[in-house]
Amino acid sequence: MEFDVGIFLQQIVNPSYLSGAFLSVAVAVLSLVLATVIGFVVALGRTSRSRVAQGAAGLYTWFFRAIPALLVLLIIWNALPQLFPVLRQEWFSPFIAAFIGLGVVEAAFMAEIIRSALLSVDEGQALAGRALGMSPAKVMLKVILPQAIRIALPPTGNEFIGLVKFSSLASVISLQELLTTAQVGVNITFRYAEYYAAAIVYYLIIVSLLTLVQSQVEKKFVWTSRTRSKKLPRPETAGQGVFS
Amino acid sequence: MSEANAPVSPVLSVRKLHKRYEDQHVLRGVEFDIHKGQVKAVLGPSGSGKSTMLRLMALLEPADDGEILLHGRRIGVRDGRAPGGLAVALPERELAKERRNIGMVFQKFNLFPHLSACRNVMLGLTSVKGIHHKDAEEQAMAMLASVGLSHRSGHFPSELSGGQQQRVAIARALVMNPDVLLFDEPTSALDPELVGEVLDVMESLANDGMTMIVVTHEVRFARRVADEVTLFDGGVIVEQAAPDEFFDNPQHERTRKFLSHVH
Repeated sequence: MEFDVGIFLQQIVNPSYLSGAFLSVAVAVLSLVLATVIGFVVALGRTSRSRVAQGAAGLYTWFFRAIPALLVLLIIWNALPQLFPVLRQEWFSPFIAAFIGLGVVEAAFMAEIIRSALLSVDEGQALAGRALGMSPAKVMLKVILPQAIRIALPPTGNEFIGLVKFSSLASVISLQELLTTAQVGVNITFRYAEYYAAAIVYYLIIVSLLTLVQSQVEKKFVWTSRTRSKKLPRPETAGQGVFS
Repeated sequence: MSEANAPVSPVLSVRKLHKRYEDQHVLRGVEFDIHKGQVKAVLGPSGSGKSTMLRLMALLEPADDGEILLHGRRIGVRDGRAPGGLAVALPERELAKERRNIGMVFQKFNLFPHLSACRNVMLGLTSVKGIHHKDAEEQAMAMLASVGLSHRSGHFPSELSGGQQQRVAIARALVMNPDVLLFDEPTSALDPELVGEVLDVMESLANDGMTMIVVTHEVRFARRVADEVTLFDGGVIVEQAAPDEFFDNPQHERTRKFLSHVH
């Protein structure tokens, strides 16, 4: 059997690939958001002075770093509805199960990224903020976080790309994401090479776009006046571009 | 107030201040006062506890024992004294409010690297005093002008020289209109040729009547600008006198020895 370019191209423009790719990215985005929120709380716990908070945060990291994501997905999709009837209702879709499952696992890794980013900010920074009379929340929000985010961005980009690929695990709970789409096609046609090649192209496109977005975001965290002045037009020339 | 006829209390004072770090007894019952408009220079060898005293005064670290008073009112603890003599330290949120009246300038500047010079000066105004962005910007620009840095307002700390960074840091503390400004070795991290511009700013502040405590190794500055010079050693104040007395006629052997090393 030879590689049929026609079938390959047909699949590239096949809407079900597009919707599969969309589902993969959507699961990745939502689980990253969830992971960042939980991870931030866990990171605060791990850097906290309270023994209880330290212990709880340590337990979370230990547990979810140990359990395979695949197992977590199976537990959320199959075992939890068995224990909690509310999860047997219509709204509990594979999509929700997938993003929660991947999110709680990823949170354990994000917690470590966020923790090390918070710790990397110079101690004098919090000191200066406190000396100005800033409340602990303001010190975190206005002084520590903006600096920690810059440190956390590159590893978070890595995690995000990982999540796009991990979303393929959700095929076991019947989420029609990108890889499942390819697999379904293969099961009908046995055109392995063409269908998998189409999946490769989609993953390459997704990750390329993400890399592009990441480098754009990182540029916003370069703290020099030169990069800013390029972006922000001088007041006297502002607005000209709109009319010319 | 009913105390109108009472003698004016010092802007800031400490009484029997003690601080220990594990097995080190860094402050051993320090007594210190500064009155409105005074400039006090604090000298002493490294590790003598002078920087620790500043941090305790600025409520950045809790004292183990003793009192810190701002205008005669005890600060950093809940409502003066608790029964039994043991004071309860305020939670960080409450301490933050009391810190507004005390400005601090650090040895390593500690400017916020993600903010321009102007934003560095604005942050306290907007996020602590709740001043509107536009007004805060105006005040910050005026303050930067007073330290001679109008032309660098849009630059980030990484683009400024050490001397310029420290001048921004002074503006950042000053714009909050504190009752007293504490300097923790403000020129020790600077290249020698940049020390002068920072000392000049500090001297003009002193001439404007700012109340200042300056922990420093700059003996000449202490002599020229300070109203009183203090020698710290081993966690206690060894000698405290007017500059001429202190440098020309020190009363303590320890002071003579210290001065022979720095002169």
